[in-house]
Amino acid sequence: MISDILQLEKSALGELAEAKTQESILAVRTKYLGRKGLLTGLLRNIAQVPADEKPLFGKRCNEVKELLEEKIEEALKLQAQGKKEAILAKEKIDVTLPGRSIPPGRVHPVIQIRREICEIFATFGFSVVEGPEVELDYYNFEALNIPKDHPARDMQDTFYIEDNMVLRTHTSPVQVRIMEKVRPPVRILSPGRVYRPDSDVSHTPMFHQIEGLLVDRGISFADLKGILTAFLKKVFGSDTILRFRPSFFPFTEPSAEVDIRCVMCRGKGCRVCGQSGWLEILGSGMVDPAVFKNVGYDAEIYSGFAFGLGLERIAMLKYGISDIRLLFENDIRFLKQF
Amino acid sequence: MLVSLKWLKDYIDFDLTAQELADRLTMAGLEVDEIKTITPKFSGVVVAEVLSVAPHPKADKLSLCSVTDGTETYPVVCGAKNIKAGDVVPLAKVGAVIPGGYTIKSTVLRGEKSDGMLCSEAELEIGDDASGIMQLPSGMTPGIPLATALDLGDTVLDVSITPNRSDCLSMIGMAREVAALTGGKIKMPSIDIKESDEDIALLSSVMIVDADLCPRYSARMIKNVKIGDSPVWMKARLEAAGMRAINNVVDVTNFVMLEMGQPLHAFDFRFLEEGRIVVRKSKDGEEFVSLDEKRHVLPADTVLICDGKKPVAIGGIMGGLNSEVKEDTQVIFLESAYFNPSSIRRSARRLAMPTDAAFRFERGIDPEGVIRALNRAVQLIALFSGGAVCKNYIDAYPQKITAVQNIPLRLDRIREIVGMAIASEDVMCILKSLDMTVLDEGGGKYLVTPPTFRVDIEREIDLIEEVVRLYGYDRIPVTVPAVSVKEMDVIPRLALEERIRQLLTGGGYSEIINYSFTTSSSADGLLLPPEDERRRFVVIKNPLTEDQSVMRTTMSYGLLETLKKNMNNASLNLKIFEIGRIFLKRGDGDLPEEKNILAGLLSGKVSEDLWGLKLNVDFYDLKGCLENVFYDLKLEKRRYRAEISEPFLHPGQSCNLYVNDTKIGFMGQVHPEVLEKMDIRSSAYLFEINLDMLEKQVNPHIHYREISKFPAVTRDVAFVVPMSMEADKMLEIVLTQREDLLENVGIFDIYAGKGLEEGTKSLGLRFSYRAPDRTLTDAEINSIHERIVSSTVRLTGAKIRA
Repeated sequence: MISDILQLEKSALGELAEAKTQESILAVRTKYLGRKGLLTGLLRNIAQVPADEKPLFGKRCNEVKELLEEKIEEALKLQAQGKKEAILAKEKIDVTLPGRSIPPGRVHPVIQIRREICEIFATFGFSVVEGPEVELDYYNFEALNIPKDHPARDMQDTFYIEDNMVLRTHTSPVQVRIMEKVRPPVRILSPGRVYRPDSDVSHTPMFHQIEGLLVDRGISFADLKGILTAFLKKVFGSDTILRFRPSFFPFTEPSAEVDIRCVMCRGKGCRVCGQSGWLEILGSGMVDPAVFKNVGYDAEIYSGFAFGLGLERIAMLKYGISDIRLLFENDIRFLKQF
Repeated sequence: MLVSLKWLKDYIDFDLTAQELADRLTMAGLEVDEIKTITPKFSGVVVAEVLSVAPHPKADKLSLCSVTDGTETYPVVCGAKNIKAGDVVPLAKVGAVIPGGYTIKSTVLRGEKSDGMLCSEAELEIGDDASGIMQLPSGMTPGIPLATALDLGDTVLDVSITPNRSDCLSMIGMAREVAALTGGKIKMPSIDIKESDEDIALLSSVMIVDADLCPRYSARMIKNVKIGDSPVWMKARLEAAGMRAINNVVDVTNFVMLEMGQPLHAFDFRFLEEGRIVVRKSKDGEEFVSLDEKRHVLPADTVLICDGKKPVAIGGIMGGLNSEVKEDTQVIFLESAYFNPSSIRRSARRLAMPTDAAFRFERGIDPEGVIRALNRAVQLIALFSGGAVCKNYIDAYPQKITAVQNIPLRLDRIREIVGMAIASEDVMCILKSLDMTVLDEGGGKYLVTPPTFRVDIEREIDLIEEVVRLYGYDRIPVTVPAVSVKEMDVIPRLALEERIRQLLTGGGYSEIINYSFTTSSSADGLLLPPEDERRRFVVIKNPLTEDQSVMRTTMSYGLLETLKKNMNNASLNLKIFEIGRIFLKRGDGDLPEEKNILAGLLSGKVSEDLWGLKLNVDFYDLKGCLENVFYDLKLEKRRYRAEISEPFLHPGQSCNLYVNDTKIGFMGQVHPEVLEKMDIRSSAYLFEINLDMLEKQVNPHIHYREISKFPAVTRDVAFVVPMSMEADKMLEIVLTQREDLLENVGIFDIYAGKGLEEGTKSLGLRFSYRAPDRTLTDAEINSIHERIVSSTVRLTGAKIRA
C-alpha cells in the first residue's frame, strides 16, 4: 500500500512538471488533491490498510499531500509571473518615436528683448508708461526743443498725417506727456513702436524703441553713467567695455552716445562695427532746461537724464541677425528660432 | 563733412596719425564715420635718373634717352626739350597706368625702341606745368615709387557733423576744433588784394527790401577775368571734399565755402540788368529756372536775389540759369551774404533743394565772416583768372545780426550737472581754447562771450556742455543716483499681455509683429461695407509705398497676409498671434483712437507630427485655445454669440465674444471669398480681442470654495431639440433653474440623423448632483432631477429621447 503512495507521488510530480498553463496546473491539483482526487481516494481507503501500517500510511499520505500542495502553489506562482513578463514583453514600444505634444510657440525676439530691458530697469525702480503712436507735432518735436524749420528735424525723417500730426519718430514724446502730468521724482520707461520713412538692411519704416527718463533733485551726468553702465553690463555681460561719447540731441544737453566694444570682434574691427571696434547702442543726455521749461519744471531745482535705444539693434547684435527686415517678415521658420 | 588731412594741415599743425585724430574728434563729439585713403591717379611711375640724351636719328623733335631706376637701364624716346644727363625725373615704366587710363607699352617710335615714358606734372595730374618733363630734386633715390617720393595721395576723414555744429562745416572750423583738442594754433590764410582804381560803388549797388530774411549782403567785382581751369592743387582739394571742379571762378566759390564755411555766388555781371541787385521776398507762384536748368514755382516768402528787372538767384540756395558764369564771362559780381536760417530751411525744403549752400545757411553761418570770405575769394579769382579787382566792396547790412554776449556761467552749476567739481583753471583753459572771452565775476561766477561763429552757444548749459565735452566724458565718475521712492501708476494691461503671451505660446502660437500701416484696399479685401468704422483710415501723407499708406484699422488683414507669406514658404501649419494697436480716425486735427488688440490666426493641421493626427484644424481648435486663456484669466461669464458680425468671417462659423455681457471681440472661420481674393488656398480661423476692454473684465480675486467629501451622482438625459438650438442656450436654461444641488451640467453627446426627425438633433446632457454635507439619496436625486428635466422640456419644447 505504501508503494501506491510512492507511485502516486511520482506520477503527480511528473504531471506537474509537464503542466505549463494555469489550467493544467489546476487540473493536476484536482486530479490528485480534489474531493474526488487520487490522493484523497487513497486516504479514504485507509480502513482497508492493515492496522500496523495505518500510522505510517497516514503519515506518508499527509507528507505527499503537503508536498504536492507546495509544489502546485509554486508552479502557479511561477506560471503567473511568466505571464506578466510575457505581457510586458509584448507591450514594448519604440521610445525614439517623437513625443505627442503641442509644440510651444515663441515670443517675438524684439518683445523678448523689450521684456528683458523692462525687467532690468524695474530693478532700478523704473515704471513702464505708454503714449500714442500717432502724435502731435508739439509732443514729438516742439516740446522736445525741436522747433519747426530747425535743422535738427533732419535727424529724424518723419511720416506726416496732417501738418501738425505725425507718426511718432521716437518714444521721447511720452516723457513730455508724463512730465506734464506728474511732479518729480519721475522714473519711467516707455517702450513702443516708432516710425521713420527709411527702408534698407539696417532700417525699417517701423521699429521699436525704449525711452527712459529719471528726474529728481541732484541728478547728474555721473548718475547717467552709473545707471547706463549697470544696465549695459546686465544686457551684454559684466565684462562689457563701454564708452560715453559727446553727441547732440535737441532735448538733452550735455548729450552722450554710448558705445560698447564690438561683441563680434572684441574691438579688433569687423564688418558689424564698421571696423571701428565699437557699436553704438544708445543715445542719452541730461534733460535740456528748455524741455523742463515746456513742462513747467524748474531746472534750477530739478535735473535728470533721458536715454533711448532701438530694440531691433540689440536683438540683431544678440542673435547675429544681419538684415533688420527679417524681424518683420514673420516667417515662422525664423520666429521659431528664438 | 569730408576733411582732407593735407588740406587741414594748411591751417593747423598736428602730430597725430589719421586714426589718432579720428579718435580724438570722435571722443569730442565730432564722430568720424570713416577714414578714406586717396591714392594718386597713376601707378607704376618711379623716380629715375637720366643717364644720357641723344638726338633721334629720324625725328628732329624727339630725343633718345637712357634712364635708370637704379637697377636697370631703359631706352626711352622723349619729345620734351628740358632734359639732360643727370636729371631726376618721373618714369612711367612699361605696364604703368597714367591719368586718363593710358597703359604704357613697349613701342618702337620711328625705328627706335622706347620702354617707358618720362612725364610732365600735367600728365600725372600732380601740377599744371605741361611745358616739359617734371624735374625732381636731385637727391631722390631712383627706383622708389613717385607717389611715395612726393608724398602724394591723401587721407580723408568722413566726419558726421551734428546739426548744432555749423561752425565745423568748414576746414578752418575743423582746424579750430583740432586746435582746441591739441593746444595748437590756427594759421589763417593771408588775404592780400590788389585793387584797381575803379570803385564798385560807381558800377553797381545793392538794395535789401526784406532785411529780416537777408540782414546782410556784401559784394565785390572783378573785371577782365579769363575763365579756365583751376589749378591742379585746388581741383584735388575740391575732389577730396567730394566736389566736382567746374571752372576757375565757380571752383573758388566752392573752395572758399569749404575753407571758411561761407557760401558764395558768382554772377556774370553782363546779365544783371541795370547793373544792380535787389533782395526781396518772392510772390506766391513766381517762377524761376535755377542753374541746374530746373524750373521752380516758388512758394511765397522765398528770398530772391534780383537785378533791376528780374530774379537772378534763389537767395542762399542756388543761382539762376540766366546769370551764371559762362566760358566767355569777363566781369564777375561776387556775392557773400547772410540769410535768415529758418527762412532758408523752409524754402530749401519746399523746393526740395538741399544744396550745400542751403545746408550751411540753415544751420547758421558766422555773420562776421561774410567780408573775410568775400575778400578771400576775390583774391583767388584774381590770381587764377587774371582779373582786376574793383576798389572797395558793397556791404549792405541794414539789420545787425545780434550775437549772444556775456552768458553767466557758475562753477557750482557745472558741479551739479556733471556730478563732480571741475577746477576753475580747467574750465578757463577749455573756454579759452574755444576762442571764448571770459570775464571773472568772482565767487566762481563768470560771464562768457562765445566767438561769432559759435551760433549754437546761447545759454549756460551750452557752455557746460562745451566744458564737459573737452574735459572728457571718460573722466566723469560713475555713480548711482539716490532713490527717492515713489509709486507710479502701473498699466494693468501690460501684465495681462505678458500673461497672454505665456498662455498662447504654451498653446503653440508664435508671436508676430506686422507693420502698423497697410493699404486702404485692405478694407475691400475684408469685404467691409461702406459705413464700417474700419474704413476711417488715418492716412499717411508721405508713405514709402502704397502698401504702407494708411494706419491699420484691424489686425485681421495683416494676419492673413502673414499666412499667405508663410504658405508661399511651404509653412502650411500656422499658429500665430500679434499684440498691437489699431487706429481709427476721428475729426481732422484730433489724434486718432488707438485701441490695443490681441489677434490670432490658426490654419493647417492639428498636429505637425507626421505620425500624429492628420486632421485639419477647425473652429473648435481656435475656440479651445481662447477658452484656456479665459479660464486662466478667471473670466466666468463668457458667451459666444453667433451674431452675424464680421463680413470677412464665415456667417455660419463665427461669433462675437462677450465677457460679462460686454463685447470684447470676435472669432471664426475666414470667409471663403476673402481667402479667394487673397489667393489663400486653405481655410483659416482668426480672432481679435480688444485688450483694453478685456483688461477691465479680469477679476484678480480668488475665493476658495470648499471641496465636498461626498460623492457626486450623475444622470444622463438626451433631449431632442430643433437643429438651431444652441448648446449654450440649453445649458443656460438648465442653469437658470437655480437648483443648489445641481453641481454641474455639460454636453456629452450630440447626434442628428437616423432615428431622428429631419431638422432636429439630440443633445445629450450630463447632470451632476452633489451636496456639500451629505451623501444624496436616490429619492432625493430623482426628485430634483425630474423637476429639472421636466421644466427644461417645458421651457425648450424638447422631447426626451428614449
